[in-house]
Amino acid sequence: MSGTSARGSGSADSDHTRHLLHQMLRVRRLEEQCVELYSAAKIRGFLHVYIGEEAVAAGVMSTLAPEDAVVATYREHGHALLRGVSAGAILAEMYGYVEGCCRGRGGSMHLFDAATRFYGGNAIVAGGLPLAVGLALADKMSGRSRVTACFFGEGAVAEGAFHESLNLAALWQLPVLFCCENNLYAMGTALARSESQTDIALKAAAYEISSWSADGMDVLAVEEAARRAVDAVRAGGGPHFLELRTYRFRAHSMFDPERYREKTEVSRWMERDPINTLRNALETAGQLTEKDWKKIQQDVDAEVKAAVEFAEAGTLEPVEELTRFVYSERSPQ
Amino acid sequence: MKTTYREAMRAAIRDALQRDERVFLMGEDVGAYGGCFAVSLGLFEEFGPERIRDTPLSESGFVGAGIGAALGGMRPIVEIMTVNFSLLALDQLVNNAATLLHMSGGQFNVPLVIRMTTGAGRQLGAQHSHSLEGWYAHIPGLRILTPATLEDARGMLWTALEDPDPVLIFEHGTLYNVAGDLADDAGPVDISTAAVRRPGKDISLITYGGTLPAVLDAATQLAAEGIDAEVLDLRVLRPLDDAAVLGSVARTHRAVVVDEGWRSGSISAELSARITENAFFDLDAPVGRVCSAEVPLPYAKHLELAALPTAERIVAAAREAVGARG
Repeated sequence: MSGTSARGSGSADSDHTRHLLHQMLRVRRLEEQCVELYSAAKIRGFLHVYIGEEAVAAGVMSTLAPEDAVVATYREHGHALLRGVSAGAILAEMYGYVEGCCRGRGGSMHLFDAATRFYGGNAIVAGGLPLAVGLALADKMSGRSRVTACFFGEGAVAEGAFHESLNLAALWQLPVLFCCENNLYAMGTALARSESQTDIALKAAAYEISSWSADGMDVLAVEEAARRAVDAVRAGGGPHFLELRTYRFRAHSMFDPERYREKTEVSRWMERDPINTLRNALETAGQLTEKDWKKIQQDVDAEVKAAVEFAEAGTLEPVEELTRFVYSERSPQ
Repeated sequence: MKTTYREAMRAAIRDALQRDERVFLMGEDVGAYGGCFAVSLGLFEEFGPERIRDTPLSESGFVGAGIGAALGGMRPIVEIMTVNFSLLALDQLVNNAATLLHMSGGQFNVPLVIRMTTGAGRQLGAQHSHSLEGWYAHIPGLRILTPATLEDARGMLWTALEDPDPVLIFEHGTLYNVAGDLADDAGPVDISTAAVRRPGKDISLITYGGTLPAVLDAATQLAAEGIDAEVLDLRVLRPLDDAAVLGSVARTHRAVVVDEGWRSGSISAELSARITENAFFDLDAPVGRVCSAEVPLPYAKHLELAALPTAERIVAAAREAVGARG
């Protein structure tokens, strides 16, 4: 288990690294707030938080351009936030309010945002992969050099849609970045208990897709791997695949009693907390003062507080509008 | 001009490809092979492999890719070889295509057209012969079309491509060889209304798709017996054209629904329920139904025939309804 080292000595580099630290903390605090709000019964349904895995979304998102597309899973609050959806719109969605990013129609597992090309929020494991392939197909057929980043967990690897999608993307050389967030458990089923071949990057390689693994607890390692892959995809190099090895610190959902893993395993991984690790590395390198850290925390706390206030002030969509958005409000010509 | 249902469908696809560069056809063997049922024959040579795109046998993958491409600004036509194979893509159809607009609060519509063959009558056994369009009609968010005539085979596709939401087109396998006259200027038709194919005053025979020819045949036979049957072709199974159904029943006071799907939990059950709910006091007889026998479709010709709605059974059901006149 290697520690993160703060790379680069230039001020631009350290600014950027502090920015990544800030991004990860935004996700962490928002998720902690979600758990609190769930306990207070402000949020209902299923809630899956990303605590522990922040380096993955932060590292990958940092390499994407505004015109790129993102497809994510039901554990996607952090992806939405880092893609540019406001924390207020995310929380209001979970409150079920019309001010939410999907007017309260989607909830925690189905966050969408057209403005940032955030295509969900998909609660069917591997259900988003074919969509990502199609988004990339549209880009390729239209001659656009955009990238579609598709996040999914290692549990998706067991689904047929995973294999169909990798094959299609490789066969048609589509600009997809597949990001496998390998947190070792598909809900409660350990990777080794569900896959005959546990080397996930190898599965992608079998489809002739360039693939490699990166330490998903190290945001700089994730970012470096993602940048290399995104650059190659954008340059017309076809799909790329990243296996990002990470760990979920909290339960699968709010209903998970965690019978399937040892507390010692969790605490061992928590020693590699991506936020603490980066903070320590920056401090050691003299690139993060006490004042810097305080400022980051203050900014994040203010953002989350404002988001809660925004959600608390939300309103319910009139029930008369129940049947809207089943079909578009423009009828066929 | 003289044409066939297959050729009319091909002309519709060619027309769409010529009209809109965002349109492309994708599916198993649509290209080099010429289409399993030869609907796309020649289009690969005419439009090339990008726009007549052969796919691997990955129904979930390429239907999902169609959804993604539609989200990305294209206007895909996805062909699924038969309705039975569409079950491999049910997740994408039901969990994504039908739900994305709603889940996203109106942000992401899916302008996708999916065509597939449906129905029995060709001795293809229980994995190529079912009529599951009624199932799909259960799903909010989808539009379900069942072209039964040359005009609809020629005209529904373009209108479907203009629909901002997912449209499923079910082409009955026994219709492809139906030949007839089609106006030279035949073009887009509406995809929201039912059509009276034969006006009549004694009974409404309500059907769609592959059973329309048998129903028209039955109506001719009934006419010889002095029973004047109205034949209503639903054309669209979702959303149902309630006004046309209820209007016909209000004129005839009797109805028999003919549906190649199984009776239990079927679109015929839905129609029967709607007529009973909304036109109970117009009825002079119980609503009748002629459906497929509740068996997986068998291969042997005599058994397959015994399972399907035939003109003879439709005539018998109509006679019973008319005989029930008070």
